[in-house]
Amino acid sequence: MRGRVSLRYCQVLDTVRFADQSARKCVIMFSNNFGKKKYASIKPEEDRIKPLSQTVADKLPGQKNCPVCANFVSDLELIQNYKVCPHCGYHYTITAWDRIHLMVDENSFVPFDAGLSSCNSLNFPGYDDKLVNAKQQSGCNEAIITGYASIGGYNTVLGVMESRFMMASMGAVVGEKICRAFDRAMESGYPIIICSCSGGARMQEGMIALMQMAKTSAVISRFHQTGQLYISVLTHPTTGGVSASFATLADIIIAEPGALIGFTGPRVIQQTIGERLPENFQRSEFLLEHGMIDIVKPRSELRTTISSLLKLHQGGTK
Amino acid sequence: MIKRQFDYEDKYQQLQDKMRELLDLSETMQLDLSSEVDILNSRMEQIREDKYLNLTPWEKVLLSRHIERPTSRDYIETLCDEWIELHGDRYFGDDPAIISGIAEFNGMAVTVIGHQKGKDTKDQLLHNFGMPNPEGYRKVQRLLLQAEKFKRPVICFIDTPGAYPGIGAEERGQAWAIAQVLMTLSALAVPIISVVIGEGGSGGALALGVADRMLMLSNAVFSVASPEACASILWKDLDRVEEMANALKITAFDLADLGIADEIIREPIGGAHLDFASTAEALRKSLQINLAFLIAQDPIALVEQRYDKLRKIARLSE
Repeated sequence: MRGRVSLRYCQVLDTVRFADQSARKCVIMFSNNFGKKKYASIKPEEDRIKPLSQTVADKLPGQKNCPVCANFVSDLELIQNYKVCPHCGYHYTITAWDRIHLMVDENSFVPFDAGLSSCNSLNFPGYDDKLVNAKQQSGCNEAIITGYASIGGYNTVLGVMESRFMMASMGAVVGEKICRAFDRAMESGYPIIICSCSGGARMQEGMIALMQMAKTSAVISRFHQTGQLYISVLTHPTTGGVSASFATLADIIIAEPGALIGFTGPRVIQQTIGERLPENFQRSEFLLEHGMIDIVKPRSELRTTISSLLKLHQGGTK
Repeated sequence: MIKRQFDYEDKYQQLQDKMRELLDLSETMQLDLSSEVDILNSRMEQIREDKYLNLTPWEKVLLSRHIERPTSRDYIETLCDEWIELHGDRYFGDDPAIISGIAEFNGMAVTVIGHQKGKDTKDQLLHNFGMPNPEGYRKVQRLLLQAEKFKRPVICFIDTPGAYPGIGAEERGQAWAIAQVLMTLSALAVPIISVVIGEGGSGGALALGVADRMLMLSNAVFSVASPEACASILWKDLDRVEEMANALKITAFDLADLGIADEIIREPIGGAHLDFASTAEALRKSLQINLAFLIAQDPIALVEQRYDKLRKIARLSE
């Protein structure tokens, strides 16, 4: 099989962080004589906990106790438990790369468009410095990482947002990278998975940022016409312009437990109406109850749930 | 001290009243000041004109929110020969913050949709200050598909501070409803023209703003989020709202520069509400020209162009 491999998607490999020879396998598409696209069948490797980085975005240095249940959680325990509190199930915010590690088959992630970066198109005061800081803090060029990946042996296009990059707000680059990810999914015939977390449109980019809502929605409209699968994974928090565009336009919406998901943030709502908000308001479980999302799954089960969904859509896509 | 209301006209009125008093006084004292008064009057008129041609972005925000500013209903009733309002989203209710229906414009049936603010406090409450709930967006969705079925062009009027930040709105999926409309608009196979007649705020406004042509009245604004929200979130300082209004690039002229607004409709000196007839007439002419052009296009090509236009909104470095 390997001999028939086409390497057309591998031009970006020099920018790749985790690429090695085996990673290339995942981006390869096989064609049979009928011109129909088929997913490469790579045997799912054993599910095991992948090595995670030491960083937990919402854990203060030296903080030993869970911010929700206040129980002692050691760093090792946390890292071994998908960065979820073993006592109360609180899902710590994880970095985009950690999430990629947790979700994809080992060494199978091949990023694309990694070189795209924002420019201060409105000359917004202080934005240039913010971008520099965000790049340093997150180690990413922008607030989303996109690429090819295999999950449970199934080839996919994957996008993961990075909350440490300006609260993963959507500016022109995030919008463009999402659109290009859908373009590539349409080219390759792969299903697409986007893991969102975002404060909304990036205010420093003004209307350019807002228009990315329309832009991403337009691409998804085309994507749906091809009959391919789009799974959206909502993580804490997904609000504003991201929730009101690509994040909610999926065939299947999965959320992590306790994630804040909505259009307007709870503080603004409270200020506007001056009432106490209901318990669990805008949390995943609340939205499940109100019929807005399909599934709530803990982080430890995300990978298997997505693999199962990918398997069930094998016949249906293209 | 930050101005919270547009009061230039009031001040001008006071000045004119004083002048009239002076004139009356001079008459009783049998002094002929008429030539001096004429000079002063024309000088005042000149200053007023300059003022309106050089409004700051923040002044435009205030003017766009002026209580007397013409609403969507005013434009629809003036521009259309006949109009039948249609109600309800068929799921939950009818949202008075968005009015919509079928109308005859220039001898042709069109679907009209607009945010509706109120004319006075009671009316404003009735229309929820033009802030739609999800049922408003679902009504839009229904009418868009209806327009496509009957091959009617769509004219949208944008005038809202944003989607309503309320508990019910979130429970019923504000983000989902807006995203759906964005997706539908991007692929609708009939001509769409959007007119920003007042204040365009955030995603709640954009839901009527994905169009083949975006027209803006010269004092209208369109912003990623209100300057107040941006100032308090980004700078934690509401007093810097004027500076924020500058930085966000929200005026019709800024947006024409950014390639988001296609055409600017000149308002009379003093704003649309001081001479509604001439504003409406200018808008009618522009709508006629644009509509005639769009109707002549093949619907598939139209969707293609709309898509390309959206995809081009990307300011970034590769």
